[in-house]
Amino acid sequence: MSEQIVNKKIEVINTTKIFGKNAKRASQLLNEGKSKGEILKATGATVGVKNASFDVYEGEIFVIMGLSGSGKSTLVRLLNRLIDPTMGNILLDGEDIVGMNKEQLRNVRRKKIGMVFQNFALFPHKTILENAEYGLEIQGVAKAERQAKAKESLGLVGLAGYEDQFPGQLSGGMQQRVGLARALANGPDILLMDEAFSALDPLIRKDMQDELLQLHNDMGKTIIFITHDLDEALRIGDRIALMKDGEIVQVGTPEEILMSPSNEYVERFVEDVDLSKVLTAGHIMKKADTVQIDRGARIALRMMKKLGISSIYVVNKANRLLGAVTAQDASLAIEAGKTLEEIMITDLPMIPQDTVLIDLFDIVSTAVIPVAVIDENNRLQGIIIRGALIGALSGDNQFINNNGTFDSDEKTDTEVKING
Amino acid sequence: MDKILPRLPFAEWIDNGVDWLVVTFGTVFDGISDFLKGIVEGSVEWLDMVPSILLAVLFALLAWFVSTRRIALFTLIGLLFIDYLGYWYPMLQMLALVLTSVFFALIIGIPVGIWGSQQATARKIINPLLDLMQTMPAFVYLLPAIFFFNIGVVPGVVASVIFSMPPTIRLTMLGIQQVPKDLIEATEAFGSTTWQRLSKVQIPLAKPTIMAGVNQSIMLSLSMVVIASMVGAPGLGEEVYRAVTQLKTGVGFEAGLSIVIVAIILDRVTQHAGKKKQGGITK
Repeated sequence: MSEQIVNKKIEVINTTKIFGKNAKRASQLLNEGKSKGEILKATGATVGVKNASFDVYEGEIFVIMGLSGSGKSTLVRLLNRLIDPTMGNILLDGEDIVGMNKEQLRNVRRKKIGMVFQNFALFPHKTILENAEYGLEIQGVAKAERQAKAKESLGLVGLAGYEDQFPGQLSGGMQQRVGLARALANGPDILLMDEAFSALDPLIRKDMQDELLQLHNDMGKTIIFITHDLDEALRIGDRIALMKDGEIVQVGTPEEILMSPSNEYVERFVEDVDLSKVLTAGHIMKKADTVQIDRGARIALRMMKKLGISSIYVVNKANRLLGAVTAQDASLAIEAGKTLEEIMITDLPMIPQDTVLIDLFDIVSTAVIPVAVIDENNRLQGIIIRGALIGALSGDNQFINNNGTFDSDEKTDTEVKING
Repeated sequence: MDKILPRLPFAEWIDNGVDWLVVTFGTVFDGISDFLKGIVEGSVEWLDMVPSILLAVLFALLAWFVSTRRIALFTLIGLLFIDYLGYWYPMLQMLALVLTSVFFALIIGIPVGIWGSQQATARKIINPLLDLMQTMPAFVYLLPAIFFFNIGVVPGVVASVIFSMPPTIRLTMLGIQQVPKDLIEATEAFGSTTWQRLSKVQIPLAKPTIMAGVNQSIMLSLSMVVIASMVGAPGLGEEVYRAVTQLKTGVGFEAGLSIVIVAIILDRVTQHAGKKKQGGITK
């Protein structure tokens, strides 16, 4: 899913935020390994974020997820210092923002970081255009230029033509588009989105997620997305940080979080996830046994016998899928002296690798032979067998491939026996 | 009580303090006095140059521009009625006194309110002072005002400013503090300076509340005109005061009614000024 990007955009190093008067004493207790509850009891101070360390890579969507009170909103505000951290360092392009003075910080906020808020936080007395202009206006950009840029970013979010309306006249979804346009108008590298879609109803939320992914695809900005909704996190996140009681419990790709939860909390958190919407064909496919088309029916039949399977796929030299033959057809062909090409079934169920499981049920249930997984060049990647599909849905890891791709070294001889 | 604690001579201290101020800053107070007197009497003279009917029409047009046609109509009829009763000139004198007082109350009150909205420590100083200004009987600071500024319109202006300023300060603070927290966060997140945050977001959003404070200041200042007339401030208040001392009930009512008319006009017009120009729909 995520491309290999090495550039660290943001580095958060051992950052802690303690709210309350006794922050010093509380941080001492924290270092002694006391829990959030114990510290609250002893000092009256609340630990908002506890010793958080993570990196955000350039161009990725980094989701910070947790239930309310887990410190995720505090954490995101530390990144642009709307809340000052009690301890720790936050590097932005290698520069520590914790040590910055007001002027430097203002510059970072103006040029590098845009923010989108849960309840939109639009200025009710300004028009949509004026709202989108705000970031540029306070930088002293000339009116004509900032209006042009604001219009452009309103266009990006599909709000061209609404410039002269006021926020109160728009629906929630549209208001949040304005919020997004306002953040984009400055041309920041980083977007902080604090529960940006949580106040929207489910259908609109899904549309907004799609559009965000599209925008992200087009513009390649680094996005930090806060949410309490696991489905949302899994849907849009390249990587996810899971938070509990101010601590980051696990950081990983959606697959890693789902498939190898680092502790019981994560496990409980993800147990209700509808795996059929998350796992793809790539996750459950097995290595396919193939026979090249010029080998003939006899060899195909021998292979099937040896492997104990009742059908086999036929490919050309480039591993391009041509069709399949069943053992029955193959033995008939040997008697009649026919070639593989003449007897193979070409009307095969074929699916791309990123099909989610929920879309597979129909195909798999009606298919006589295992369903073929192909890439965009029609090359055979693997096959889906019913047992693996059911096994994966039950959450059994032995049926699930790690990165959503097939590991070619894997020994599959034992598993192919259940084919058909 | 006397035997346990010696009675501290507060009254004497205050008298001495006032004496000291009068002697030390006499020229400063004289300057302020001349300045205020110049403004009030100058504006009365200037307004009086315009024929009463024309001025009434002008005021009505102004009311129309700021508020509604109904209020404009009331303004016209009300002012012509005052003219008809023969209180035109005292009305102008009162208007000059009230508007001057309110002008200074706003000039001082709004910045103080903004300052108070930004700093908790400032609020801790301002709030008790406001309580003092509002509850201390007005006569009490009318007395030192006479020492500082002599008899006449000026101590009346000063007392009105002090008495009418608190609502403006309080409601300015309230209005700015009531701006939702996420809007403040948004302005901060985009890198606004404090002044940009105030001028572009907080003050515009607080405007209806601030205008409610201005409206209250005008009303309080009007309520001071009779009291101000006791130290020699001329105007409708003086007419009422004289009627009271001479037991002329009818005259008192006539003058009092004129004050009410002016009060209603000012109240309705400023209320509308607060509501208007609220582009779009506010939450």
